[in-house]
Amino acid sequence: MDNTSILSTRFYGGQKRVALRNCGIIDPENIDEYIAVDGYQALAKVLTQMTPQQVVDEITKSGLRGRGGGGFPTGRKWQFAMGGEPGTQKYVVCNADEGDPGAFMDRSVLEGDPHSVIEAMAIAGYAIGASEGYIYVRAEYPVAIKRLELAIKSAREYGFLGKNIFGSGFNFDIQLRLGAGAFVCGEETALLTSIEGKRGEPRPRPPYPAVKGLFGCPTIINNVETLACVAQIINKGADWFASMGTEKSKGTKVFALGGKITNTGLIEVPMGTTLREVIYDIGGGIPGGKQFKAAQTGGPSGGCIPKEHLDAPIDYENLSAIGCIMGSGGMIVMDEDNCMVDIAKFFLGFTVDESCGKCTPCRVGTKRMLEMLDKITSGNGEMEDLKRLEELANYVKSCSLCGLGQTAPNPVLSTLRFFRDEYIAHIVEKRCPAGVCKDLLRFTIDRDKCIGCGMCSKVCPSNAIYVTDYTAPGRRKPSYAIDPEKCIKCGACRDTCKFGAIEKK
Amino acid sequence: MKTISDLNAIKAKVIDKIYPKNPGEKRIVIGLATCGISAGAQPVYDEIVKAVKELGLDGVSVVATGCVGICQYEPIVEVFESGGKRVTYVSMTPEKARRVVQEHIAGGVPVLEYTVANTKL
Amino acid sequence: MKKKLTTVPFNGTEEQLRKLDELIESKRGVKGSLMSVLQGAQDIYGYLPIEVQRYIASKLDVSLSEVYGVASFYSQFTFNPKGTYSVSICLGTACYVKGSGAVLEKLKEVLGIEEGEITPDRTFSLEVTRCIGACGLAPVMIINNDVYSKMTPDEVEGIIAKYRI
Repeated sequence: MDNTSILSTRFYGGQKRVALRNCGIIDPENIDEYIAVDGYQALAKVLTQMTPQQVVDEITKSGLRGRGGGGFPTGRKWQFAMGGEPGTQKYVVCNADEGDPGAFMDRSVLEGDPHSVIEAMAIAGYAIGASEGYIYVRAEYPVAIKRLELAIKSAREYGFLGKNIFGSGFNFDIQLRLGAGAFVCGEETALLTSIEGKRGEPRPRPPYPAVKGLFGCPTIINNVETLACVAQIINKGADWFASMGTEKSKGTKVFALGGKITNTGLIEVPMGTTLREVIYDIGGGIPGGKQFKAAQTGGPSGGCIPKEHLDAPIDYENLSAIGCIMGSGGMIVMDEDNCMVDIAKFFLGFTVDESCGKCTPCRVGTKRMLEMLDKITSGNGEMEDLKRLEELANYVKSCSLCGLGQTAPNPVLSTLRFFRDEYIAHIVEKRCPAGVCKDLLRFTIDRDKCIGCGMCSKVCPSNAIYVTDYTAPGRRKPSYAIDPEKCIKCGACRDTCKFGAIEKK
Repeated sequence: MKTISDLNAIKAKVIDKIYPKNPGEKRIVIGLATCGISAGAQPVYDEIVKAVKELGLDGVSVVATGCVGICQYEPIVEVFESGGKRVTYVSMTPEKARRVVQEHIAGGVPVLEYTVANTKL
Repeated sequence: MKKKLTTVPFNGTEEQLRKLDELIESKRGVKGSLMSVLQGAQDIYGYLPIEVQRYIASKLDVSLSEVYGVASFYSQFTFNPKGTYSVSICLGTACYVKGSGAVLEKLKEVLGIEEGEITPDRTFSLEVTRCIGACGLAPVMIINNDVYSKMTPDEVEGIIAKYRI
């Protein structure tokens, strides 16, 4: 194939685009272009040729599962919300509150193919008997919001939303609601209270939203990427979708590949693709000749996949078997320069900030865990702390009210499981193997590499560098050394030295 | 919009604009999602629109689209031609974009050094 | 998330009040409209001073604690005015892994303020933003509408200096 096309690249070659099929191809602000690539055919088909039960059966048969993180079968979710008295008010909600830092596939779908979400919501509305839908989208995505507003407007003009769609007697319309920057609102019950205009605090389940959801009515909540698959399942059939993927995880998954990887970007691969294929074939490996250490999935709710699991096929089951989760699809690659204790601390810091404070295990537990990690990374940890950390993590996991708290300890538990040696190095040797944790860093001068020019001593802001009385063989001037008591670990000396004589450990 | 045949009528009318059928017709798409805009895709888009107009090129459409997925090579410009031909330009600037319009769109010869062939992707 | 209360006095204009009244009227009767009203009010004033919150509460006939409860819950709502130049640095995972923490430290040092604060001359305010989804450009810094990608601490001083004039 012609190598000037993106289709010819290794990056693109291993991909299979379902949810992202139209992104980068069509003009998202022109509804005619969406129609040209079979848009709204699925909606027409369900309204004119299928019963609601047939629609739900088709989705169930396809094996589609929630792409927002949980992995709950979409067809079953829809089935729960069916039935009830005719005329019952019900809602379809699209969760576009993509809060997982490092994940942006939902943004990409909304910006590149907003009609695919609108069409799927209308199909879902028909299936469960809802006439109103809400899209809850992050306010941090202004471009996505603008394109969604436009798409909803054109869909109304064309009669894909509104009254008596395709002459079927089915009515459906969609409203947009903006989030306001609260990670917990990605949790479905918190999202619903936020749409109701309140503090976005979760509520206990059951009752599940399918029974008692938005404004107390039966509600289904689906994530953007999940919805982006729906129209194609109707058009091409459940069997087509189920032919991709593994036994229990069907179809494809989008990942936002980032961190220490040559090709950062948005990729979509069949479920069951191995991490090795994703990182080395599609991602082009680790830049700068560095060693791969781990891939983090699921953000603050997830865990890391270490080197020894590079060949495990990625699907819901395999990830959860190694204490990780699929999550919404953020995949951050780490190399030897990343400290796993620091990463665990970073995610926990995020959860502490984002905990809504409603339940104690999450509000207090995560904070105490963060303090323990602080103690370890500042060089004051004891081996006893690891046991305490693990114990508390398990309490927070089992006792928290909602998904945020229940998954918050995952980054800690996962790094403790696979990178315990790094924790031990921090505690016992008071050393950060990756050279990240500042309190544990030590700068030293290799006295045989030092030529005695004194540049380091000039830039040192704390006068920590002095002349020794040792002169290396063949050198004319004595070498320098760093007084660890005075050193503030700014690294200025290391940046200045032209001879690579200063080491950071 | 009442029936599937209404949909099919639009589809028949528009599909050849997305994937040009006739020789000579070209469609230029510029990735204008958040990632593209952050990397400077808007000035690239503006320059292409301007250059196409100045050169008075016929059968050329310029369209803003979503993101094709290779974030670090944004801004990305792709040219679709008849026969399923697709050329992907990466890391574009307004200057590079003008050269692409002159040499590829008007002249018919892709600017190889700016294409994805010149990356390690 | 803990919020810092502002230290600068409130001075809203008649024009702003008129816009706020229009906004509240347009949302009257819409189910669950409090958040949309607060979002609109923040667009009008640039932040949510307690005076505005009190006004909204009385107009919507809800208690101030309900309004304050919602306003303090969401990180998008700010109780501090923004500077002429609003500087934000992304601390999302992709940016953090590539060193945005060090860029934030440098920004604090150069601007002399902590995150969530504004310089006394109201020129700069500093914020930490959640992931903006431009992870391919990490670490990302934004000043008003200008996006600076692949930031390093060394570049901070020069970039800020451009806005000081």
